[in-house]
Order: sequence, then C-alpha cells, then structure tokens
Amino acid sequence: MTLADHWLFSYQALARHRLRSFMLLLAISIGVSSVLLLTSIGEGARLFIEKEFSSLGTKMLVVLPGKKETTGSAPPIYGTTPRDLTIADSEALKQISSISYVAPIIAGTATVSNQSLARDIIILGTTNDMFAVRNLEIQQGKMLPKNSHSRATPVCILGAKLAQELFPASSAVGQWLRIGEYRYRVIGLLAQRGESLGLDLRDMAIIPVQSAQVLFNSPALYRILLQLKQAEFETQAIKKITHIIAQRHEGEADITVVNQDAVLNAFNKIIFAVTASIGGIAAISLFVAGILIMNVSYISVSQRRAEIGLLKSLGASASEVHNIFLMGSLVLTLFGVLIGIVLSYSLVFLVQINFSDIPVAIPWWSTLAASITALAVGLVFSWLPAKKAAAVDPILALRGDQ
Amino acid sequence: MTNNPIIKISDISKTYQVGDQPLHALRDIKLDINQGEYISLMGPSGSGKSTLLNMIGLLDRPDSGQYQLLGNNTELLAEELRAKLRREHIGFVFQSFHLIPRLTALENVEVPLMLSGTAPKVRRKKASALLTELGLGEHLAQLPRQLSGGQLQRVGIARALITEPAIILADEPTGNLDQQSGHEVTQILERYNHNGITLIVVTHDQTLGKRATRQLSMLDGQLVSDFNRVNSSTIPTSELA
Repeated sequence: MTLADHWLFSYQALARHRLRSFMLLLAISIGVSSVLLLTSIGEGARLFIEKEFSSLGTKMLVVLPGKKETTGSAPPIYGTTPRDLTIADSEALKQISSISYVAPIIAGTATVSNQSLARDIIILGTTNDMFAVRNLEIQQGKMLPKNSHSRATPVCILGAKLAQELFPASSAVGQWLRIGEYRYRVIGLLAQRGESLGLDLRDMAIIPVQSAQVLFNSPALYRILLQLKQAEFETQAIKKITHIIAQRHEGEADITVVNQDAVLNAFNKIIFAVTASIGGIAAISLFVAGILIMNVSYISVSQRRAEIGLLKSLGASASEVHNIFLMGSLVLTLFGVLIGIVLSYSLVFLVQINFSDIPVAIPWWSTLAASITALAVGLVFSWLPAKKAAAVDPILALRGDQ
Repeated sequence: MTNNPIIKISDISKTYQVGDQPLHALRDIKLDINQGEYISLMGPSGSGKSTLLNMIGLLDRPDSGQYQLLGNNTELLAEELRAKLRREHIGFVFQSFHLIPRLTALENVEVPLMLSGTAPKVRRKKASALLTELGLGEHLAQLPRQLSGGQLQRVGIARALITEPAIILADEPTGNLDQQSGHEVTQILERYNHNGITLIVVTHDQTLGKRATRQLSMLDGQLVSDFNRVNSSTIPTSELA
C-alpha cells in the first residue's frame, strides 16, 4: 500500500465517522492550542524585555559594586563588597576615551509629598548622562543641573504619573515638594515612556546624585551606567574600567561589569525556563487527548472488525492492517495539530491587532514541540488498538463473530 | 489443463477446541485441484467445508499435513508471504458481500489493487472496465447502500477478479440473493471459470452445487464423495434455473 493510499483510506474512514472525528480533532486541537497560547504569553514577555534592552542600544555597560568570584553563572544583581562604589569612582571612569557617558546611580525609596498628598516611590539619584544612556526625554521643564555629581541641589524631575498624582490641579514644574526630610523644587517632567527594565518611570522621581547621597545618607552607588562610543570598544573599555577601579580600591577590582547581552541572556534563560514549563504543563492536555484517541481507536477496531477481516482476505498482512490503523490516527492527529495551530495563531494575531499593549507571540519551538508531541501521542496511544486490529482473526471477523 | 494441480492438499487436519471438546473440523483431507476446474463443495453445517475453503484461501493454517498452492509449500510460510500469495492468486466472494460501506462501488473494487500498491490511475481504469463488463457501468460512484443485492454481489465478484487471480473461492455466493440475482451471479462466475479461472463454490444449494463439473461432499470433516462429471465442459441449458 502506498503512502498516498494510506492517506486516502484513512481520510475516508475519518470522513465517515464525522462526529467522532470531530470530537477527536477538537481534543487534539485544544491540546495543541493550549500549549501554543500559554507559551505565547511567556514568549511575549521575553520579546518585550528584548525590545526594552534593544531600545538602549548595544553600547551600554553596567558597573555593579562587588564581584562574584565564580564564573559562568548569571551576573549578580546585587554584589557585596566592603568597599562602596562612589561618585568619585564614577567621575574617574570619565577619563576613559572610549566611553561617552557615565551615569552614577543611587537608588532608594522615600516618601514624596505635596501638602497632604504623599506617595512612597523609588528615587533615582543620577546625573544628566543618565538621560543619554537610557534614552529618557524631558517633556516639560529642564534636565538636572550640570554639576549634579558635585552639588546637592534640591531639585527634582518627576515621572508623568507621579506629577499628576501630586499636583492634580496645576502644572508641577516650578512647584515645591518634600522628599524625605528635604524640600525639592520640581524643575522638569519626564516624557511618557512607560516601563523600562522593570522600573515604572512614570512613577518615580530623579534627583541629582549628590542630593541622593545626602537624602539616603550613604555614598554607596547602586550602579554605574556607561555608554560606549562604539560597541567594538567593549573589551578594551571593560579592561580599563577594571584597571581604574582597582587603582582606586587598593588594588582590588571589586566590581562586576555587565554588558547588555549578559543581562539579556540571563533574562532569556529565566523566561525560557518558565515558558517551557508552562508549555509542559499545557502538554498534559495533549496526553488527555491521547487517551481519548486510544479509547476511540479501540471502539473503532471493534466496529471495523468485518472490514479488517475483509482486508486480510484481500491480501493485507497483519502488519499492513497495523499500519492502516496507525495511519488513521496519524492523519487525524495531523489534522488536529493543523487546526490547533491555525486557531492559536489567529487568536494571537487578533490579540496583537486589538490589544497591542499585551505582548504575546507564539515561539517557533513551542509550535514544533507541540506538533511533535501531539503526533507522538497519536502514534503511541493508537499502537495498542492497531495491534489489536492486526490480530483480528479474519475467519471469525468475516463470519461476524466477536 | 496441465497435469500439475494448482492446489495440492495432502493429509490436512484441523482441530478446534470448542469448550473442552475437540472439534475435528478437517480430518486427513486429500485433494488435488487442477487449473480451470469448477468445483462445488457441499455438506451440512459444521461438516468442515468453510474450514477447507479458508484453508485453501490461506486464511487458516492446518494442524498437520501439506498444502501446496501453485507449487509453493504454504504450511511454513510467514504471514507476510501468505498474505502476498492470497493477494496475488486468490479471490474471495462472500455470502454477505463484505463491501466497505463508506467506499463507492468503484473504490471497493480498487481495494485489492490499493493493497498491492497499484497506481491510482491504472487501478481506477481497470476497476471501472471490469464493473462495466459486469453490467455496473452506471453504478460506479454509488455506495453499497444504494445498490441491490445482486449488484452488491457483482461488485464483490469484481473485487475478487480485479487481481486476475488463479482461483475464486465463493462461500455461498447466492445465499443472500433472490433467484433471479442468484442466477445472474452464478452465470458470471461460470463465465470466468469458462475463461480459465479455477472456481470453488461452497453451497447448501443442491441446484447450484450440481452445476459444478466436480462435486465434493463433506461430512464431519471428511471428504465423503468426489463426483466428476466427465466431458461436461458445456452446461446443459435445461439445467439453468
């Protein structure tokens, strides 16, 4: 029997049992769809983060205080070191010629208040270089003072949402507010940009780094963001950074320099793991579909006993009968997979069109994995029924005996 | 006719276990059948005639004895090879037709060629030519449920003939048909026998059985008579029902 004939024969058998085939198709396509749709959420998150990073350009480096001595693992988000990374350290890095911007960051939470309106938010202490490195824009007002690294000027720039909440009635620029125990004047508003790397920029305040040092009463930098003049300078720049910091830190380069790829890879790894396990859980529904296939195949074998007997008397061998039944399941599963794929891709497409804020995308690997799993399930679960079909005694079957 | 029998059965026995009683379906059957013979196999229910037919059709294996089909020793052949022999040399015609209900008349006739891997175009042409020859040219695309009994059996015969087998095994081919249709079916089978196909018919019907040139009778798993009408290659018209 040729492959095309197997297909035709299976197709005819499926087309005859419309309701039964439809139910099985439904089960398989639901299984495939649930895998695809669930992984599409994870993949959407991954793409979102990737987009966030790529908006920063490939020229960014992050210097973190502290050093992990073991290599090969994900970069540390928080390191520990006896020596703080200071504003002076960050100023020293400016002498490296391949670096265009150096933005020291002190971060902390504090209460921001305007009379009776108060919020606990994240305060970023930094310099104007931060705006260049992170592509931030001022919507109204001006940027931080040029001497932010040396003078604790009591001024601040607010995220759009924060400004709206604290000054609902009037424009925030020019107004005074209170951060912690100090009074600050609002000099600018950030342009709307939404989240960036998990920080909601709409809901935070940016103050000069020197002011933050006073506010939080600590000289320790949270990190330093650097932008290279060209991405190719990376290795050389990292070497120089390490060298300079070592000189300043009594010979010990107790920092970790992370490039964007490393951070991105770490994120990717985590999200891939999460997405894959969600997909794995969804694959349980494929196994349920498989058990359904097995049940229905058994019924089908009993119903088609006479036909099996006939095929044998017409010269089909046991293995051919076996193949006919396996092929039947395979054809069915394949249709189910196709329907599932079409269904979930259309659904994701609709979401992308109508709700562009929600990041969803079906990853190619989950499409592949779901298809292969479904087909494997179809084969495995119809193996025993097919074996039963192959073992039918043609004489009894043709006589109509069970 | 050659002197070499195409079917050579020597001392075949078959026992079934029915409950705790052994049932001797076949006992030491010896039978040689030549190319082109017209044989009827008669006997009461349970006499073993169907078992013998299945044995000849390679659907069943003997417990002991030898069976040579077209010079092949079949007792020890693997299932695959037995299936191949069956596919190439034997055509079955059943009392209850056994057409696949979801397939059209044409597709039903094509099934044996599909199993042997013949190209769709070739087998379609061959099957429609054969069905037309059997007077079903207008019913090619009809499903079994749209056909009458006589038509169904003609489709069944076409399916048996499509592989151009050496032997046709017919188990009560007219058992489910009215007299007129039964008569037509018998005539078709006899026409092909006349053209050289070996025809073996199992039947209860004395009239049908007596039409055969060689009439075998079975009782309790044994051949009890083997009557050969000498020189009767033409059938007297007076015997037609």
